[in-house]
Amino acid sequence: MVKELLVILIASSLVNNVVLSQFLGLCPFLGVSKKTNTAIGMGVAVIFVITLASAVAGAIYQYILLPLDITYLQTIVFILVIAALVQFVEMFLKKFIPALYQSLGVYLPLITTNCAVLGVALTNVQKNYGILTGIVNGFATAVGFTISIVILAGIREKMRHNDIPESFQGMPIVLVTAGLMAIAFCGFSGLL
Amino acid sequence: MNSAKERLVNGIVKENPTFVLMLGMCPTLAVTTSAVNGLGMGLTTMVVLALSNVFISLLRGIIPDKVRIPAFIVIIASFVTVVELLLQGYIPFLYDALGLYIPLIVVNCIILGRAEAYAYKNPVLPSLFDGIGMGLGFSVALTCIGAVRELLGAGEIFGIHVMPESFVPVSIFVMAPGAFFVLAVLTAIQNKVKIIGEKKGRDMSKIQSGCGQDCLNCADSGCAKRLYDDKEKQAPAQKKAETTQAPAQKTTDTAQTPEQKAADTEEEKAADKQVKEEKENG
Repeated sequence: MVKELLVILIASSLVNNVVLSQFLGLCPFLGVSKKTNTAIGMGVAVIFVITLASAVAGAIYQYILLPLDITYLQTIVFILVIAALVQFVEMFLKKFIPALYQSLGVYLPLITTNCAVLGVALTNVQKNYGILTGIVNGFATAVGFTISIVILAGIREKMRHNDIPESFQGMPIVLVTAGLMAIAFCGFSGLL
Repeated sequence: MNSAKERLVNGIVKENPTFVLMLGMCPTLAVTTSAVNGLGMGLTTMVVLALSNVFISLLRGIIPDKVRIPAFIVIIASFVTVVELLLQGYIPFLYDALGLYIPLIVVNCIILGRAEAYAYKNPVLPSLFDGIGMGLGFSVALTCIGAVRELLGAGEIFGIHVMPESFVPVSIFVMAPGAFFVLAVLTAIQNKVKIIGEKKGRDMSKIQSGCGQDCLNCADSGCAKRLYDDKEKQAPAQKKAETTQAPAQKTTDTAQTPEQKAADTEEEKAADKQVKEEKENG
């Protein structure tokens, strides 16, 4: 059991990196990677939300959708649950843990539309993961997201003073960087 | 019928969701490993887009303004589920190839963007054609990208071998990194076209999408900008002084300063408002 979880942890965070090999959560990956600080904040918020969302979505799937035999509603249910959950987390943090809200609050609305959250919930169902395995998979996926966004932010900070051809300024050069990072992450595929 | 034709041309050429608006980048990168997959994804999205546009347009008088986004999402998710089940039943090979990315059409910003920007404000028939036009534009773009990647990565187009025997396939193009490189070149070409157009004095300010901006420039003006703005508001005055100095340094090495950029986006917003007003009046 522990071994199985460890394999999922490595597979989801490094080998099948959520951004670089599955292309989920690309918008925040490209949008919020200008500074390392904001990238770390975004990463932590994503870890928090995805782990929580995969727990809630897993529980709803196991205890509501499966017994009632309405699994075909999963897409609708998951997207609504995730949107509501993010709103709820935002309100809860604002009221009860203001310190945490200070550091994570601004990132939460951005995560609602992050396709990685829905992607993880659906992957967990597709691969027949239980609730615990699902949570571990969600956590690992989010860690993978954090690793890649922090690396990209670091590179972008260095790149700011480089002389880049006019038409490659802005997004194109960031995409080339992401491509090179994806090649580097391909190296992990021999890991398992 | 004139407006129908106008909507179709608008979706395929003028406001092409991929090449011009840069929307829905996740599926664009993920499923374009071959031309067939790109075409399949494009057409699937088109069906969902057309259906959801029609429904949202029909319900536009009923949905209260405050809960319109959740209402849109429920409508879109329902159609995605229907299309997913149909694909699973009738075109299983496409269902297997697209996999996870079919349910993820729900979070494709093209669909929500068109619902918000067009279908919610316009009658049923134009909305239908707007959906079909946008969907066709998306399909054309995905097929093109898929064909390029398939050609370079496997020497084939639509599964037919076209390259000469001596051609060694660059398999990196059908793998994940290739997607980033192809998109990078694509955005570079878009930049180039914009730069040339601006030099000739044409108005190249892009037509706005639903969330106010396209995905790739989110950091400059979309919801991510709010993030940076909030951060700067929180930062003490000392940091502000630093940030005001920084653009002055930048002027030497970048063509466009942040101040100009801000001005640009404001202009774009003004232009957008004008367009909206015109739409409402017309």
